[in-house]
Amino acid sequence: MTATMVKTTYREALREAIREALQRDERVFLMGEDVGAYGGCFGVSLGLLEDFGPERIRDTPLSESAFVGAGIGAAIGGLRPIVEVMTVNFSLLALDQIMNTAASLQHMSGGQYAVPLVIRMTTGAGRQLAAQHSHSLEGWYAHIPGLRIVTPATLEDARGMLWTALEDPDPVLVFEHGSLYNLAGEIAADAGPVDLDHAAVRRPGDDLTLITYGGTLGRTLEAAEELAGAGVSAEVVDLRTLRPLDDATYLGSVTRTHRAVIVDEGWRSGSLSAELSARITEQAFYDLDAPVERVCTEEVPIPYAQHLEEEALPQVRDIVAAAHRTLGEQP
Amino acid sequence: MSDFTMPSLGADMERGTVLEWLVAPGDVVHKGDPMAVVDTSKAAVEVETFADGVVVDLVVRVGSEVPVGTVLAHLGPVGAAAPAPAPEPAPEPEPTPEPAEVAAQEPAATTGHQPVVHSPLARRRARELGVDLASVAGTGPGGEITREDVEAAAPAAPPTPSTVPEAAPATTPAARGAGRPRVTPYARKLAREMGVDPAAVTPHDGETVRASDVRAAAIAAPAPAAQAPPPPAPPPGAPPPTGAPRPTAAATRAQTMRETIARLMARSKREIPHYYLTTTVDLTDALAWMREQNAGLPIAERLVPAALLLRATALATARHPALNGFWVDDAFVPGSGVHLGVAVSLRGGGLVAPAIHDADRLTVTETMAAMRDLVTRARAGRLRGSEMADPTLTVTNLGEQGVESVYGVIYPPQVALVGFGRVVERPWSVDGLLGVRPLTTLTLAADHRATDGFTGGRFLATIDDLLQHPEEL
Repeated sequence: MTATMVKTTYREALREAIREALQRDERVFLMGEDVGAYGGCFGVSLGLLEDFGPERIRDTPLSESAFVGAGIGAAIGGLRPIVEVMTVNFSLLALDQIMNTAASLQHMSGGQYAVPLVIRMTTGAGRQLAAQHSHSLEGWYAHIPGLRIVTPATLEDARGMLWTALEDPDPVLVFEHGSLYNLAGEIAADAGPVDLDHAAVRRPGDDLTLITYGGTLGRTLEAAEELAGAGVSAEVVDLRTLRPLDDATYLGSVTRTHRAVIVDEGWRSGSLSAELSARITEQAFYDLDAPVERVCTEEVPIPYAQHLEEEALPQVRDIVAAAHRTLGEQP
Repeated sequence: MSDFTMPSLGADMERGTVLEWLVAPGDVVHKGDPMAVVDTSKAAVEVETFADGVVVDLVVRVGSEVPVGTVLAHLGPVGAAAPAPAPEPAPEPEPTPEPAEVAAQEPAATTGHQPVVHSPLARRRARELGVDLASVAGTGPGGEITREDVEAAAPAAPPTPSTVPEAAPATTPAARGAGRPRVTPYARKLAREMGVDPAAVTPHDGETVRASDVRAAAIAAPAPAAQAPPPPAPPPGAPPPTGAPRPTAAATRAQTMRETIARLMARSKREIPHYYLTTTVDLTDALAWMREQNAGLPIAERLVPAALLLRATALATARHPALNGFWVDDAFVPGSGVHLGVAVSLRGGGLVAPAIHDADRLTVTETMAAMRDLVTRARAGRLRGSEMADPTLTVTNLGEQGVESVYGVIYPPQVALVGFGRVVERPWSVDGLLGVRPLTTLTLAADHRATDGFTGGRFLATIDDLLQHPEEL
């Protein structure tokens, strides 16, 4: 069965996902800074105000704490809000609402109040937006029990993760890497909801496992291609969901390849990559043929200058070099 | 008996200094009596005892700064006779390089007493430095022996040379012990499964034994101990493989061996670009010399032509090291010695190629003895793990089967295989005169990635030349 393929972009796929949710469930609404008249800071919600009206596409004041809190209230009250936060850096203003309220309320209320809230936000660097708009803090959120953290890295996931997230009775945070919005390609015309439970093998291989997610998936696949040119067969695992982690998939891969390189645009210390490395060591120690390697962002505020920003971020050459180190070779 | 310890006088207090002792050995104290004045670095505080008793001894002398929890004094039960002359908390004569914060315990007090060591690091250092833990005074909480205590005790007890890495490379931590290369966890597991001693594996990068090195070592032993019949006892240090089926019937054994050979030979032909060279060697002089030798030897020690051929091959291999070793991960790794694998066909099918170690250093007679021994034990299934592990070049002699030449398949990851055919009498021209001479066909199958035909040709010429001067073998 070959489904009809249609051309789309990551941005359009997200928009279609929101549109579908608005159509399928009248409890769903979108709320955030400039999501209405302006069409969203990254253009995701362009045109939705015209189609669904100001009741369901709501512009909010510049107060992350207030509108995330309002979203939590709406979710408790029976609605299914999609809250857009412009960037993950700004989400810190709403961190109290996200962690102390959204993630905790189910527990604090003894199970009386679930918070079926979806928060979308842009993450990541690479667009010369400097240190206050560029950080990758999804790993921080993945630290918090009570949240589900998803990172669509493909058109299918951009299209399909939102509906499943809305179905989840608990808060789900969707991290959209800023470099992905213009990602273009084809997806099945009838592409729909996808699961949020499993990591995906994006490229099979035998010699080592490259583990990544979100914005670094593309560069990791490029690195795998380059490694293939050098006769190294790298498997690429896209985590997709950062909390809860799908241990079975990436550990299964590492157990088979015996080598792991983690590629994470977050900072290295106390990070998601550290968590992955620890789990690999805890659960696959006797299958490791080399120390786990990590390719992360330099531990600096993301620089504005283009060459410095590039230098700070994980690049293909860094991934390739780390891969060769796990093989005990000079690249 | 109870201990009076350095108390924590505030959440942030980690250490305290004894400013003054308010009691002396022999004093009777009651719960709540001040025992000592302690400086917490914020204030001088009188510290009371929580137990009744008689002060047996004062362990820490005035002015010493010790961690919270350190035993400061011992209390004995009230009514018990006060111990005779209690040791003064004066500085002990025993020199310790570190600031001696705690008076060293009397050795008498520690004998018959388990040293308190919970730290694996301290235990390891003690092992490395050859320190007897029972002789170390602990300065940690509760008399715990710390790494510093062990290291401080080390000069007094000089380490035994065998336990100290001689000259550990700068890049490897000295703690690695005995300068052995480190082994990855997976390589260690694989080695156990394959019946390889990881300590005997040479890492291709010189530092870390990885899975590929273990596989190379296992393959170098053509019929791995884990699968093939030969050694009934696995090599020392290698527990019996858990995953491998334990063949009971000879048929199963033969089949397992067949599969191993199949895998190896298929790999060889798939991966190794073989080239083949042949030369005919005139054995007239060699055999005449051999007969001369045999005349003076007891029957059990008499030479056979194969011994001379092996000996000549060993010497030639030593002179052409490019053919002696392994092709691993796209590079040639020279063998650590000339270990000639001798292909031995087994009754009931299959073959093994155990090694004669350092064959270039044996005399012809010793080569003969080694060969006889190896063949006997191979056929009896009594080879040793080390013999299976590391041939650096294999020799096959199908002459006794009557064939004139053998173009062998290289045992990966070795890079060459030498074959000898039957010794046949043929018309042969020497210096323009035709005569009937004993000849053998000498062949070389070599890995073209490691060497070129030029090297192979010179190698065969060397063997030929050596066989023309048997008295020098």
